[in-house]
Amino acid sequence: MMLQPTLSHYLVVSSCLFVLGLFILVTRRHAVRLLMGIELILNAANINLVAFNHYTATGLDGHVFAIFVMILAACEAAVALAIILAIYQQYANIDIDRMNSMRE
Amino acid sequence: MDNLSSLSYFIPELTLTVTLLLVLCSDLLHREQEGLDFPAWLALVGMFVAFVAHFGLYGKPAVSLFEGMIAHDPFAVFFKGFFIFCTFIIVLLSIYSSEVFYYRKSEYLAILSAICLGMCLTASSTNLIMLYLSIELMSIGSYLLAGFARSGGKTDEAAIKYVLFGAMSTGVMLFGMSILYGLTGTMDIAGIRQVLFANVSSDPVVLLSFLFVLVGAGYKIAAVPFHFWCPDVYEGAPTPVTAFLSVASKGTGFALLIRFFYRAMLQPAGEGTWSSLPAIDWMLLFAILSAVTMTAGNLGAMPQRNIKRLLAYSAIAHAGYLLMGIAALTSEGIASILFYLVMYLFTNLTAFLVVMILVNRTGEDEIPSYRGLWQRAPLPAVVMAIALISLTGLPPTAGFVGKLYLFIAAWHSGLYWLVVVAVLNSVVSLYYYFRIVRAMFLETGPDTAISHQPVYETVLVLLAAPILLLMIFFGPVLRLAQYCAQMLP
Repeated sequence: MMLQPTLSHYLVVSSCLFVLGLFILVTRRHAVRLLMGIELILNAANINLVAFNHYTATGLDGHVFAIFVMILAACEAAVALAIILAIYQQYANIDIDRMNSMRE
Repeated sequence: MDNLSSLSYFIPELTLTVTLLLVLCSDLLHREQEGLDFPAWLALVGMFVAFVAHFGLYGKPAVSLFEGMIAHDPFAVFFKGFFIFCTFIIVLLSIYSSEVFYYRKSEYLAILSAICLGMCLTASSTNLIMLYLSIELMSIGSYLLAGFARSGGKTDEAAIKYVLFGAMSTGVMLFGMSILYGLTGTMDIAGIRQVLFANVSSDPVVLLSFLFVLVGAGYKIAAVPFHFWCPDVYEGAPTPVTAFLSVASKGTGFALLIRFFYRAMLQPAGEGTWSSLPAIDWMLLFAILSAVTMTAGNLGAMPQRNIKRLLAYSAIAHAGYLLMGIAALTSEGIASILFYLVMYLFTNLTAFLVVMILVNRTGEDEIPSYRGLWQRAPLPAVVMAIALISLTGLPPTAGFVGKLYLFIAAWHSGLYWLVVVAVLNSVVSLYYYFRIVRAMFLETGPDTAISHQPVYETVLVLLAAPILLLMIFFGPVLRLAQYCAQMLP
């Protein structure tokens, strides 16, 4: 028998993605990896939005929100990558722990 | 109200949009030069028109615009004026700044206008989608501006820290919003409150989702524990951008916090007070956040040698003072926040303008370079002293009145311990603010005079005069703040 996915299945997946994203942000020091961690968090929210819209809410608000989030995630990634590129040209690496020219 | 008839309430935003497009296109027609050139004029005129247009909105009754996406109420109008005025001053500051690329000026000014638009929308959004879109509109622009300097190095570092922290906190906020949507099944912020107060009021998930949203707002206002980016970004970003972030970005954070929190999580309980969900003690939560933030900011500022870094920690401390108004959970609290923001706008912009004049001429932003500023540049030194006294909260400046009203609002809500903490913090802040005053007036430095653009003398006087005038004639501004504390229910 096929297992029918329910709302809680989707929520488990999205929570795992969210926690993974936070874990990456806390433990990794490579700027591009941090960016990927952020994308995971955004996607976790997207899964939530679409799943909630499908199972509980009426209307299309959740789906519309998810599409907007995707577009904004692309914008954010473009800006972040541009800055990372500028950093790479300056320092020849993108380890954010090495960027400590400003200290009290 | 439907889309077409909403447009007449939307004139400041439309003006900003047109300005942004014209400035961007002016790049094609015009060869850029240093100083007040064509794109700069366009931006200044656009901001001015938008600022004048926003006064026309004050009398109109509070309504919901664009099918419930945006609110028109005195609260939104106040913040529109606040952001547009601040952006106007920042444009003026940027024009002669030696730190901003002059051959990319039209891009810079277009981004600045876009951020201003995003801020105006954030203050008036009443729908989660609209709120998130407007926050991102302002955030993405701010990331770009933080890295918008002639010299790389520190600036790039500031930009990367800003973008990573920023994207993380808005991501967490988005996750919180998605949970709220799941709990209530609506994107309308007032609708969320209706459902929350009707059914799931004591669910711990409500608290969790709100805390996630608080991460996003806390990042914008630089509240502890989301303040780590603040010193590095303030130090590394070009000074006009730092000034913009410290005033307008903080204002947006508070607009967002008040709009979202008072609309989604609290219910008006009559006579300007608000009641929260029974299971959650918001007052205590915000009071603790406020106390921790102001203490961390003031203690962090003590050992600083770089003036921009010092002002960053001072900005954190001021976020703490401002949070007292939110913790009060009354209209009086909101009104005192608005009044404090007006005072903070003039004070902080004045301080950063002086910092910028010095960076332009000497390239220095360390406190020892302020030694003997009184002899080298009398007007900036005097004005800086006024701004620092106002930041400390001593008479005869606006800072004193602003702090007084915040303290009174917290006192009326029974947060006596918080007021004591805030007073002690103000005493601590006296130490590091007056270190700069002492360096400027009592110590001697090199006797080379510091010249500056003549236009800045006018701007300095125009910015510093309200700091003194607000101490004496605070009545009208206070009444304005009380009027603007009204929000669409």
